[in-house]
Amino acid sequence: MTLPPLDHLPNPIRPAFTEGSREGSVIVNIGPSHPATHGTVQIVAELSGERVVRTDVHCGYLHRGFEKECESHTWHNLIPYVDRLNYCSALINDFAYCEAVEKLMGIEITPRCRYLRTLLAEYSRIADHLTCVAAALMELGAMTAFLYLVTIRDYVYEHLADLTGARVTYSYGRIGGLARDLPDGWLARLDGILTQLDEFTGRVHALVDRNRIFIDRMRDVGVISAAEAVNWGYTGPILRSTGAPRDLRKDTPYLAYGALDFEVPVGIKGDNYDRYYVRMREIDESAHMIRQLVEMLPDGPLCVDDRRCTYPPKALVYSEIESLINHFKLVMEGPQVPPGEVYSAHEGANGELGFYIVSVGGGVPWKVHCRSPSFVHVGGLHRMLDGYQLADVVPTFGSVNMIGGECDR
Amino acid sequence: MGAEVFDPIREQLGGDALEAAVAHGILVLRIDRDRVLETVRTLKEGYGFDLFLDVTAVDWPEREPRFDVVWHFYSTRDFVRLCVKTRVPLADPVVDTLTGLYGSAHYMERECHDMYGIVFRGNDDLRPILLYEGFEGHPLRKDYPKQLEQPLVPYREPKP
Repeated sequence: MTLPPLDHLPNPIRPAFTEGSREGSVIVNIGPSHPATHGTVQIVAELSGERVVRTDVHCGYLHRGFEKECESHTWHNLIPYVDRLNYCSALINDFAYCEAVEKLMGIEITPRCRYLRTLLAEYSRIADHLTCVAAALMELGAMTAFLYLVTIRDYVYEHLADLTGARVTYSYGRIGGLARDLPDGWLARLDGILTQLDEFTGRVHALVDRNRIFIDRMRDVGVISAAEAVNWGYTGPILRSTGAPRDLRKDTPYLAYGALDFEVPVGIKGDNYDRYYVRMREIDESAHMIRQLVEMLPDGPLCVDDRRCTYPPKALVYSEIESLINHFKLVMEGPQVPPGEVYSAHEGANGELGFYIVSVGGGVPWKVHCRSPSFVHVGGLHRMLDGYQLADVVPTFGSVNMIGGECDR
Repeated sequence: MGAEVFDPIREQLGGDALEAAVAHGILVLRIDRDRVLETVRTLKEGYGFDLFLDVTAVDWPEREPRFDVVWHFYSTRDFVRLCVKTRVPLADPVVDTLTGLYGSAHYMERECHDMYGIVFRGNDDLRPILLYEGFEGHPLRKDYPKQLEQPLVPYREPKP
């Protein structure tokens, strides 16, 4: 097969600089497809020796028109799409989106749904943090730690597959409720996984926390101050690693977080080591929250009794004309959301995950905008890369946990 | 929630605003586009709205002026959100940039320019960010057909 010569292909980006700013510096292009960048991101870096002088970060290689696509599907049909934003913690996206729609419709979810969503959101956060920490450690050569963490992550995925039927993209949220209730024995297995989680994260702590090589690569690398982090829009574990205890679960409690006892772990100086440690501590806090939630989980219905959004039971659809019509209208026309607009945010695994939705009435959104933490974080990434070594790009980028699906939408 | 933060803002800025109402716990200020920069500076310096969350636009093709530009802010001191909105016409979709106040505005204004063609006066780096260099049109405008393809690399004929 003959391919067109490379210099005839148009360049998808226009770098901010093509000439070095000082004598002897070179411009190096890292990515978009590079073994050390998990995620399609392109970093154009000016290097002076091994030192990064300045960088120009480009994303968008995974752009697939999420927001445009949303404007021609019913509110319910979007749930599989929002799953694919942050595919490491898809359930958090589901619940954040559903809550935005529920706010517009004026729906209050049932207590069981509220507690179950909280539990599953924390469970997803564990999976997301495990992924991030494991990948970052592997890129530094810590293969054993990586395998320990993804072993647990795989238990979590398999366990969520028992509940939802899928390992990664669950499509489990519903406007006004959830797809189905817990299967038998699910909570018992959950308890077993949490026990193993403690054991495996303990091993990782023992392997790397005081490891000279790890500390040398992570401590004082990619430092960002709290004021700088706020200026560049950082939220979530990165902002907390700078010492600012800002967490939406604590500051503006939503779902059932107001009823839970948990701490907001913070770092000391906002470097890579702090970001690693904050994520590891958040895994512990999430496990602590899940144990409380299992105790508190109330009985009762899972979905609200509201014919505007909740599907009627299948048995009735086949036996009763009203339910058949209801089902048909919900599938074909979508839930009728009153005109209005709302911005609703959850504490995603990476930071503030916001949905700004506009409805003009009817079953299809006028606009769905996702405020994705990864996109904002990549926008300030150069603050953490400039001035450090070329080799530091890898752990710093790993600690940001940029998720292409959510960044590029 | 938030009344003790919102009431002084409405008192100071509400007179010049076209709308100032609390919806779903968020204070929404609709203002003239010439007042955006000054209003946001007041909000940041006087009321602690230090986190620039988001800027996007909403397209209303039947309406004149056609676009809403919508900003969201968060206060890490009072834990409340605030929304600033303004309207711009298709012929002159220009608003002032907020990059002088918030670093995070850089990327998000580029995205908004990509998707809706809103021009942020004073932001000299409006290169495509989610789209690619040479992309024609603004895909989130309602008159951009969803199925329109603009392949950067020409499609190859499948082998027989």
